[in-house]
Amino acid sequence: MNEASDIWTNARDVVAAILLFTGLAFTLIGSIGVIRFPDFYTRLHAAGVTDTGGALLILFGLAALAGWSFAALKLLLIGLLLMVTTPVATHLLAQAAHAGGREPLIGRSPVKPKRPKKSGPAAP
Amino acid sequence: MLLGLAFGLMLGMALLFVRLARGPTIYDRALAANSLSTKVVLLIAVVSFVQQRPQWLDVALVYALIGFVSVIAVVKFLRYRAMHAPMTRPPGGAHAEIVDLESGQ
Repeated sequence: MNEASDIWTNARDVVAAILLFTGLAFTLIGSIGVIRFPDFYTRLHAAGVTDTGGALLILFGLAALAGWSFAALKLLLIGLLLMVTTPVATHLLAQAAHAGGREPLIGRSPVKPKRPKKSGPAAP
Repeated sequence: MLLGLAFGLMLGMALLFVRLARGPTIYDRALAANSLSTKVVLLIAVVSFVQQRPQWLDVALVYALIGFVSVIAVVKFLRYRAMHAPMTRPPGGAHAEIVDLESGQ
């Protein structure tokens, strides 16, 4: 009986660790995307998607760590709230930027293409 | 494990602070502030598990609610450049004289 409960505790810890560090990876990748992306709308994509996914994964990981308790219920409530509010906030920001006249970066690369080396005399 | 998770979240928040300081437009700053509020909620939840105090989860819940409402307020101000309802004039205040001038009273 004791060994079985140990096995279940270890399995729960492993599941919690997998969920927590997957969520942390989501969050860090989203933050790097917010730094690196060239446009407001692409930054919004990086932040909004990874906020929803990473936050849910981290909260589920903490709930798995807590087991069947009242803390797990509170964590699921926070996750439900974030799952509703984060996409709404992302949508509102995109709508405000679009109404404010920000153009999305379509068809214009922010990176200047490399010029090929001229081998002969330049044509006029 | 949980302490490493907390420091990883702080690293992500530091990256978002860079965008909050550098952001070329006001929308970038609002985006960074919104993402920071989500990460603060996660950090409070993780720290409550590190310190073994589950009552701090209530703080995280309230912080999530306040963050959402503040983002709505900021976005509404960015859209209409005013805090009152759109297509209306505020009662009294700075615009009261303009209303009086336009209605000819």
